Amino acid sequence: MGPAGVQGFMYPNEVELQWSVLIVLYPYITGLVAGAFILASLSRIFNIAAVKPIYRLSLLTALAFLLVAPLPLQLHLGHPERSFEMYLTPHKTSAMAMFGFVYLWYLLVVLLTEIWLDYRGDIVRLAQTHRGPMKWIYAALTLGSYHVSAASRRIDDRVGWAVTLIGIPSAFLLHGYVGFIFGAVKANPWWSTPLMPIVFRFSAMVSGIAAVLVVYQATTRIRKKEADMLCLDTVAKYLFYVFLIDFSLEMLDLVHRMYESNESFRALDFMVHTRLYFSQIVVQIYLGTLLPIGMLAVTQVVKLRAPIRRVLYTTAAGLTLIGILAMRWNVVIGGQLFSKSFLGYTTYKMAFATREGLLPTIALMILPFPILWALLKLLPPWGEQKAT
Amino acid sequence: MELNRRQLLAGAGKFIILSGAARAALDGDASRYNAAEHWWGMTIDVGKCIGCGNCVRGCAAENGVPRGYFRTWVERYQVNGEDIEHPQVDSPDGGFNGFPPRHEAWAKSFFVPKLCNHCADSPCVQACPVGATFDSPDGVILVDEKYCVGCRYCIQACPYGCRYLHPTKNTADKCTLCYHRITQGLTTACAEVCPTGARKLADLKNPADPVHEFLRSNNVQILKPYMATRAKVYYKDLDGAVR
Repeated sequence: MGPAGVQGFMYPNEVELQWSVLIVLYPYITGLVAGAFILASLSRIFNIAAVKPIYRLSLLTALAFLLVAPLPLQLHLGHPERSFEMYLTPHKTSAMAMFGFVYLWYLLVVLLTEIWLDYRGDIVRLAQTHRGPMKWIYAALTLGSYHVSAASRRIDDRVGWAVTLIGIPSAFLLHGYVGFIFGAVKANPWWSTPLMPIVFRFSAMVSGIAAVLVVYQATTRIRKKEADMLCLDTVAKYLFYVFLIDFSLEMLDLVHRMYESNESFRALDFMVHTRLYFSQIVVQIYLGTLLPIGMLAVTQVVKLRAPIRRVLYTTAAGLTLIGILAMRWNVVIGGQLFSKSFLGYTTYKMAFATREGLLPTIALMILPFPILWALLKLLPPWGEQKAT
Repeated sequence: MELNRRQLLAGAGKFIILSGAARAALDGDASRYNAAEHWWGMTIDVGKCIGCGNCVRGCAAENGVPRGYFRTWVERYQVNGEDIEHPQVDSPDGGFNGFPPRHEAWAKSFFVPKLCNHCADSPCVQACPVGATFDSPDGVILVDEKYCVGCRYCIQACPYGCRYLHPTKNTADKCTLCYHRITQGLTTACAEVCPTGARKLADLKNPADPVHEFLRSNNVQILKPYMATRAKVYYKDLDGAVR
């Protein structure tokens, strides 16, 4: 009789899963970051007025999640105190070694710069109008520059536009790179596909757009304001079309695997029909993909009243977020449930209150929201921007 | 006793010569070990393995391998010739205590010892983000446990399931080909205790090593050749069903 939870034959060292639910969270969070940023950036680069009300909110949402993104990795490491070695002595051949640099580039060079340039006028005004500790915080955020003449703001805008232009490929790079970390593992046929970075990018955009849609509706409700319907309609339309591309790519991967039916197919197919059935077929595909796509499709072809559209958008976006989380689960956990001998399957036993358990995972999933709340308080994104 | 100058010089000369010899004797083979002169691998004669588990126990004892984890293990295959793609395989506790009797009348049955393949193009070395996993100049894949961050990417990258996270050190762990022994002129613990001589340490750079005759005169295969890892564990008469 084999070890508990094992069906068939696993190499003895494979019984225990190496990458836990924390590693499910990592691509999920970076995906939300990349998606929210791309939504904001595309609207700025293409000057789409309808999406203007959520431009700043998207950037702050991206920042709140980006600040949390490395934490699951840090918690997961056997020796977190050595993580700085990845910066000091990165191993050039490793697909993982560049994450720290890609992350820092994106955080420091792209996101913070773009937010600062966009908010500079507000920061100076807030530094001049506040008193007490907040005055000092805003004064620090000005970085010593109080020039807010029309000419200097024009320069801000031009530089910000250039940063945004650099930011779009950077956001694609961030999440495409995360996909590459998985896609480049030739030992694992569940991961090893050149489509992985592309699927990750599009699923990132889907989840990021959905997250902004939910955050925008939640914040307008909390503020007792009316959501801008033109903005919501436009963002929902983006979600619909990007989701179609994402789903097509995933189906392409599936059809390709089924048609090729190579040596790993039987094992993977069995896994999808048994251990991954609920998370992949039910949650990811039915509930998290087909249902929201169907709901969004209805809003595209049928004229519905604004309150109904709002409910449909929020529900579809919520389901999308669950579906993409399930997709990350199926990639990360699913990729470790079968043996590299293709002769057996193991079980993931998720702990609860341990370092890599469910409790810290839930805490890390919640953490971006208080950070976002603080950022919204510090740098209110509302202004008087309205879709035109 | 008084020493004249001639006696003093003669005594000093003798001391220098004798102490030098003593030093060389004490250092043993280690001081003479030149990594550039070796290229280590292993040969395994599948037909000779009886599944006794001596190698698994010997490795665990020699290297302090934690129970439940394996630097080496033994698999038992039962293959139906008509369905070669779906063999029945078991490895209870990695073969640590041997195997309970089992025989299917329809099947051919044999044992396959497994260990790190010390690949010349190893995916684990490629994957390590900090270079803690490295290949030594003499062709052995080692882990610097003082440097490993415990990210486990190498474990994911190994196609053969040879790595694990050490449960107390929290670093990647694997077969070192008993590096502490082979650099002293000894063989590996698993080869040392194998009662049938199924496993043999091989130095591919040594022209006098029997490995060359083994590779020349036998039907030899490596595991998963399609992974293009240039594995250096060579199996004699390996069945096509083995994964």
